[in-house]
Amino acid sequence: MAAPKRAATLLSKVGMRRYLAKRFAISLLTVFGIVVVVFFIVRVVPGDAASLRAGPYATEERIQYIADQYGLNDPISEQFVDYMSGFVRGDLGVSIRTNQPVLGELLDRLPASLELALYSVLLAVLIGVPLGIVAAARQGSWLDNSARFFAVIGSSMALFWLGLLLIFFFAFGLGWFPGPVDRLAVGTAPPPTVTGFYTIDGVLSGQFAVAWEAVRYLALPVFTLGFVLAASILKMVRVAMIEALDSDYIRTAKAVGVPRMRMLLVDGTRNALIPVITTIGIVLGFMLGGNIIVEFLFSWPGVGRYAFDAISTSDLESLQGFVILVGILYVILNIVIDVAYALADPRIRLGGSAST
Amino acid sequence: MTETVPDRSPEFVPEEFEGPDRQSRTKMSLGFVRRKPLLVVGVSLLVLLVGLAIVGPFLVGDPLSTDPANTFQAPSAAHWFGTDRFGRDVFARSVHAARLDLTIGITISLLALTVGSFIGVIAGYFGGSTDEVIMRLTDVVLAFPGFVLALIIVAALEETMVNVILAVSVAFVPYFIRLTRAQVLKERELEYVDGARLAGNSSMRVAFRHVLPNSLGPSVVGATLVTGYAVLTVAGLAFLSVGIQPPTPEWGVMVGEGAKDIITGEWWTSMFPGGMIVLAVMAFHFIGDEFGGEAAS
Repeated sequence: MAAPKRAATLLSKVGMRRYLAKRFAISLLTVFGIVVVVFFIVRVVPGDAASLRAGPYATEERIQYIADQYGLNDPISEQFVDYMSGFVRGDLGVSIRTNQPVLGELLDRLPASLELALYSVLLAVLIGVPLGIVAAARQGSWLDNSARFFAVIGSSMALFWLGLLLIFFFAFGLGWFPGPVDRLAVGTAPPPTVTGFYTIDGVLSGQFAVAWEAVRYLALPVFTLGFVLAASILKMVRVAMIEALDSDYIRTAKAVGVPRMRMLLVDGTRNALIPVITTIGIVLGFMLGGNIIVEFLFSWPGVGRYAFDAISTSDLESLQGFVILVGILYVILNIVIDVAYALADPRIRLGGSAST
Repeated sequence: MTETVPDRSPEFVPEEFEGPDRQSRTKMSLGFVRRKPLLVVGVSLLVLLVGLAIVGPFLVGDPLSTDPANTFQAPSAAHWFGTDRFGRDVFARSVHAARLDLTIGITISLLALTVGSFIGVIAGYFGGSTDEVIMRLTDVVLAFPGFVLALIIVAALEETMVNVILAVSVAFVPYFIRLTRAQVLKERELEYVDGARLAGNSSMRVAFRHVLPNSLGPSVVGATLVTGYAVLTVAGLAFLSVGIQPPTPEWGVMVGEGAKDIITGEWWTSMFPGGMIVLAVMAFHFIGDEFGGEAAS
């Protein structure tokens, strides 16, 4: 009994390592691809790159200065080598608007975005997963139909419209939540930084009032995003559960008389796990897009808001840095997801190839 | 909650009493509504909106004419959706926007479908290194959320409507490449493909005339969903004042312009056009969802 089991773990360890190595190599290639694509989108544009960056009212000297500063008159191959060698050293260029290194500015704002993203995804999982399971268990019932209805509404929702609606009713109308300004009220000092999450840092430093305030400021943007994300999680869980419930092992479980509740929650859910991990990954990736719209609407000082400011001032260097950061975070996220898959399903690591 | 009786598959469970619904099943129309409620909602919405987009602009007033004497009028019989800060009729603007937004959404979807399925067939049918290169490039494009990709392309180009359409299309092309390719991989193993090849057709001809038409199913369903997402993306960009600019009557532009009126209580300038966006996207998604379309980006 013991020997085959040990052999299996050994095999899976080797499989896992090879799998990870392959995955990592592909990711590096993708990151390289991302930087190349973004660089060429931003640099090789029809029109004068320097005057586009300098803005519509710039003087001739300013345009000339920017062209020199950023090497925009150099041949494109030279510019590319410059940018790549900077990138490898962790240099994403300097913002035209603030004259600060782009990477530093982005990293300063990342915790705000992550806090918003993680709470939104948490809310979405709490709503989407149970509803998806219930809908699948009662497929075709009115409950299922309403869950699907909700899912379509959520995935059709314009974030900016839902956000405005919530602001109108709950901030201005009922006054339950603060208006869309920043992460804390003006004058409240942020808690000492440990994680960069005001809610957690507030609790850690014993400033419960600050933590509560942070929660109140988070509520509306988190609900806006959570609602939309819950819809796609629900959809995926439902489909995955229906598939799992239709499989041979569930039929066997039914036949031997496993209680229905146990069958749903233990056997069904475990096998529906992979698609759910995928969706949560996709959803987190979508969120890491900084969610420019929600951060803009709620004046949330994260990377998305930074990107918006960059767009409205034609600060293409910052925008380029933002897009590259998002791409890289997304690639890292995908690695994490693939490892989670491999852990959740031995067939993947032993087979050695991820599906498509 | 444990059930002592092992569960039986639904086929063997006697149907419970369903009351008057039982009888209505004999009527075709009602039965259909019951079986495909989402599809019915989607199609009705779409018919309504397309009708509005085609006929509406002839019936309502000028979406650009301002009226300084009548700014910020609340919704009334004269102005169904009220008027905005320049006294423009919000309903007239919303109706004109319906034509613009639906046209843009459908154009983007068709463009992405055409380009994506073309590349997808090449990747799937010829396989090998061609496939490998195409799929790696697709991975790179998919590493960006579609919205961000469209955003940076528009920001780097001139902000014209054509560029917005092109940029958003680019963001959705990988979705169609994947859908078509997956289907082609199944399709090319079938016998009719061998038959076509043996009959002396060139591989290009087999790929495009035989395999492609049979592999379009999932992409066409996907295209309904993408039309919805395209409307959302274009409106979202316009809301951030990227791409389509004021005073163009476009839903996203209108919400963006009206957002600040919320503070002073004039909710109608942003809520109505925003609601139209959601209705339009819903129409496409209800239809796509009923045919089992998978979500994009």
